[in-house]
Amino acid sequence: MSTEPAEPGTESLLEAKDLELWRGERRLFSQLSFSLGTGELLHITGVNGCGKTSLLRVLCGLTLPETGEVSWRGQRVMRNRADYHAEMTYVGHRESLKGELSARENLSFDLQLRHASSPEDIDQALDRVGLARARDVMARGLSAGQKRRVSLARALASRARLWVLDEPYTNLDVPGRDFVDQVMSEHLATNGLVLLVAHQSHGVTGGRIRQLELA
Amino acid sequence: MWKFIHKFGSPPHFYRLSVVLTPWFGWAAAILITAGTLGGLYLAPPDYQQGEGFRIIYVHVPSASMSMFVYVNMALAAAVGLIWRIKLAHAVAAAAAPIGASFTFLALATGSIWAKPMWGTWWVWDARLTSELVLLFLYFGYMALRAAIDDENRADRASALLAIIGLINIPIIKYSVEWWNTLHQPATISKMGKPAMDGDMLTWLLLNIAGFMCFFIAVLLISARAEVIRRARDQKWLKQALGVT
Amino acid sequence: MEVPGLGQAFALQVGRDMRLAFRHLGQLANPLMFFIMVTTLFPLALNPSPQLLEAIAPGVVWVAALLASLLASESLFRQDVDDGTMEQLALSPQPLALMLLAKTAAHWLMTGLPLVLISPIVAYGLFLPQEAVPVTMGALALATPILSLIGGMMAALTVGLRRGGGLLSLLILPIAMPVLIFGARATDLAMTGMESVGAIYLLAALLLLAMSLSPFAMAAAMRISLD
Repeated sequence: MSTEPAEPGTESLLEAKDLELWRGERRLFSQLSFSLGTGELLHITGVNGCGKTSLLRVLCGLTLPETGEVSWRGQRVMRNRADYHAEMTYVGHRESLKGELSARENLSFDLQLRHASSPEDIDQALDRVGLARARDVMARGLSAGQKRRVSLARALASRARLWVLDEPYTNLDVPGRDFVDQVMSEHLATNGLVLLVAHQSHGVTGGRIRQLELA
Repeated sequence: MWKFIHKFGSPPHFYRLSVVLTPWFGWAAAILITAGTLGGLYLAPPDYQQGEGFRIIYVHVPSASMSMFVYVNMALAAAVGLIWRIKLAHAVAAAAAPIGASFTFLALATGSIWAKPMWGTWWVWDARLTSELVLLFLYFGYMALRAAIDDENRADRASALLAIIGLINIPIIKYSVEWWNTLHQPATISKMGKPAMDGDMLTWLLLNIAGFMCFFIAVLLISARAEVIRRARDQKWLKQALGVT
Repeated sequence: MEVPGLGQAFALQVGRDMRLAFRHLGQLANPLMFFIMVTTLFPLALNPSPQLLEAIAPGVVWVAALLASLLASESLFRQDVDDGTMEQLALSPQPLALMLLAKTAAHWLMTGLPLVLISPIVAYGLFLPQEAVPVTMGALALATPILSLIGGMMAALTVGLRRGGGLLSLLILPIAMPVLIFGARATDLAMTGMESVGAIYLLAALLLLAMSLSPFAMAAAMRISLD
């Protein structure tokens, strides 16, 4: 299974070559290759349990594939984790928040590991996701939708080139979903890259949208 | 070198090789162990201090030396598997663990049987016996970790890391136990295993050590082959090799 | 983009873990209470004669310290892996080995250091001669970080597993045995008025070895567990 190479004119940054992954007795995918360039969004779809999340984790460098490799700017991800992760942000199934820390404390730690971010940056990101008034609430007191918004704020403030989003619409209301579409469109317009796993259709406009269906 | 590693590391190649080699090592082990044991039990002169009781060293010393040898080999195989991602090496390490644990257990059992007539007790906190005991725990930890992880790939890598950590620690454990022992044991209990030996005794002992080594290789080949079959049960080459369609 | 330096990342991680621990003070006290409780069990189970207690005191203090740190290492990474923050840490541009070392350092400050500080009281209860107390404290101050590092490696290996508890002790105890031997011997030698500096040096050497190697083993183990 392979999708066409990046469109001429866009700079190809992320490249996956011949990926194969097994989970126990089952082969999730094999000979999977693609490349993703600036301003492109790859929408990965497939039925439940077909390995969408596993593929994302391989692309992040969390899971070691059976064969094949992922490279970022021509360098193998497994060998250059720090360079890759400095330009990547991941929104996973879990929100990765500490319940005993406020939204602001959670983000300030995650972001300060990446770059010297000022408190204003964080407040601004939290404002954008609509949590201006909840930023000092302990994360365990937030609703599921609000937690998801904090995760999105982390991606927004990360200044990452590549966004890896695993079901970002989960737990969000309709305005929330529209907001996700809007920020993804903006990210693509500023030459960002998006890897999106979502079982429903998205409403991203602009950028170059590509599909990858896992069997 | 790379080509060699990868050729040897390919399961079909290993399968054929192990089928050919197993009987050779198996028969060599049978002959050497029979000769060494008979020689040790009947031909070697009794020890002037320990009498006939010393003859258990013909089992004790080979199994004690194998217990350490197998662990080192297991850890090295695991490291090769972890670094170069060769599955066969993981299979070899996994197969070596129970064999090594058995040797360790045998060394402990024969050691305590020896201790009974020598010191009148089944167990002494002798430095060597204590290190053997810790080594047995290391084997158990390795096998327990493997058994606790469902995913084979992860089990391979996690247990390989554990084996390497254990390998680094073995010299520290041995040293610390010896240090502890010298501070605590009264001088009347001398160390086991190193009685002054004349040439005749040594010959039979070396025969037995070589026999144990061949036995280990034969058993390792068989159980690594079983491990390879288990891992490759859906693959075409295996069905061809076994004549199953 | 400028990624912050290693020292800053280390300090951030320690700071955050300390803050979290202070918001959870109850959990923090568990290993410490365990240490005290275990040492009180011995006089109750044996008999409270000072001669007997004095004779077994080094062993009791060190075994209790080992078990307390074993108990503590169980919780070292579990929560972070469960709530997904470990995933984010593994995806941060900072080296995972450094961040896990920082977590272990914070963990030692919250569980190991209190144990060192309370040890004179426990030693007094067991009639350990006073001249052995400073040596015991010093040896514990060197040994508890080693135990935390060993615990960290093994906790990282077993963190994804449901039946981690018993397994963890099977993995930690054989590796931790030299620490117990050197530590208890240091106390023992000091009690009998002999020079215990040799055992202290050995502990210090083990600490250096553990500090230089275990972070990489921890990071490798954590990546396997997160896989």
